[in-house]
Amino acid sequence: MKQTPLYQMHVELQGKMVDFGGWEMPLNYGSQIEEHHQVRHDAGMFDVSHMSVVDFKGVEAKSFLQILIANDVDKLKTQGKALYSCMLNESGGVVDDLIVYYQNDDYYRMVINAGVTEKDMTWINVQANGFDVSVERMSDLAMIAVQGPNAREKVFAAIPGIEEVCGELKPFNAASLGGLFIARTGYTGEDGFEIMLPSSSTKFTWKMLLEAGVKPCGLGARDTLRLEAGMSLYGSEMNDEVSPLEAALTWTVDLSNKNRRFVGRDALEVLKNEGAKKTIVGLVLEGKGVIRNHQKVMTSLGEGEVTSGTFSPTMGKAIALASVPKGSTGKCEIEMRKRQVYAKIVKPPFVRNGKVLV
Amino acid sequence: MSEIRDDRQYTQTHEWILDNGDGTYTMGITDHAQALLGDMVFVELPNADDEVSIKDEFCVVESVKAASGVCAPTDLQVVEANEALDDEPELVNSSCYDDGWLVKFKSCSVDDLMDATTYAQTLN
Repeated sequence: MKQTPLYQMHVELQGKMVDFGGWEMPLNYGSQIEEHHQVRHDAGMFDVSHMSVVDFKGVEAKSFLQILIANDVDKLKTQGKALYSCMLNESGGVVDDLIVYYQNDDYYRMVINAGVTEKDMTWINVQANGFDVSVERMSDLAMIAVQGPNAREKVFAAIPGIEEVCGELKPFNAASLGGLFIARTGYTGEDGFEIMLPSSSTKFTWKMLLEAGVKPCGLGARDTLRLEAGMSLYGSEMNDEVSPLEAALTWTVDLSNKNRRFVGRDALEVLKNEGAKKTIVGLVLEGKGVIRNHQKVMTSLGEGEVTSGTFSPTMGKAIALASVPKGSTGKCEIEMRKRQVYAKIVKPPFVRNGKVLV
Repeated sequence: MSEIRDDRQYTQTHEWILDNGDGTYTMGITDHAQALLGDMVFVELPNADDEVSIKDEFCVVESVKAASGVCAPTDLQVVEANEALDDEPELVNSSCYDDGWLVKFKSCSVDDLMDATTYAQTLN
């Protein structure tokens, strides 16, 4: 199994190590729920070095990204500005979801998911054929996500010089400091930074953050946090067979420039005209129990399926994202362990910045 | 290493059973089981006086990770369920052998149990 530069730290911190898409990663360091609350109330950090950073450089970097992904990088005008997007196949299915950062017209940086990195790189390299662009996977970069209401303050205390560069940084923007690339982004619904840094300095930075009072959090808490924040997970809410129009990700698809013929556009336009039949909604369970992935859902409009189900530590009840017939509202029925339970259909997010929204 | 106590007996499905010496038994899940399941979020318990047949599922412990049924180790009648778990299911994690017990039941006998040493060997 592959290990990140922080593997030894996780073991020393008594992380419960599990196989996560071929990577040996910490599920928790004791209690997943305590780690969840730590991020909602103070500051926690995650090793996300298994994710991949890919740099695009060259005079056609921009025009290439304009056909590679469904959102339009033309929106990015200032250095460090970030954009969330899906990368589609010809049928309009999602190859991966990603964040792209603007450096200048000849240089963009992208962060893609760990589990599909090989597939993505093959796909990107095929699409890049004929473009004057270099595509380089930055294998030496590790990544630490520091999240929570006190995350920024604690990062400033832990890493000298960072406050000068990132003190005024707005959400969804990034800045560089020496070998560090610091983005005010995240996957928890809380404020904070995702810090990309050279593998060689990762352990040192992690220790500095620990000393500043940032608690280590595992992938278990990362999943409950992102689910409360209503954020999609590749492989759950979307995959190669699901269109962003069917996954409540229409907002990430930019069809405004008719001349921008990005991969998957034709299929999306057909689907848009026909009307997507399903979408992703939020569910809140009434009563006891935990909603689990792949459980069957019945709404007044027909059958659906739970794409991500869990227990929400912030709300104290089970929540889920589910793929259901478009237009479903009110209550739905879930088949759970030999019995039928009811859940309320809601619009995600469930929780943002520490507050319950549903 | 999981904690295993010498004063009680164990099932192959990672429950502990303590003979109270008065015809009643107390039952819970082992340290190994609670660690595998992770943070508990709900515990479903039977009602007092429920009669349960051997191997019937009569409790469910549900963690962030999974729901796991607990089956009756013998034909039994429930004497008491641990109601504290309604509000504090995490007691199963923090105190699986004491405050996190699941049920007390009465039964003529409970067969096919392992002592602590034998149970410890099955975990290796």
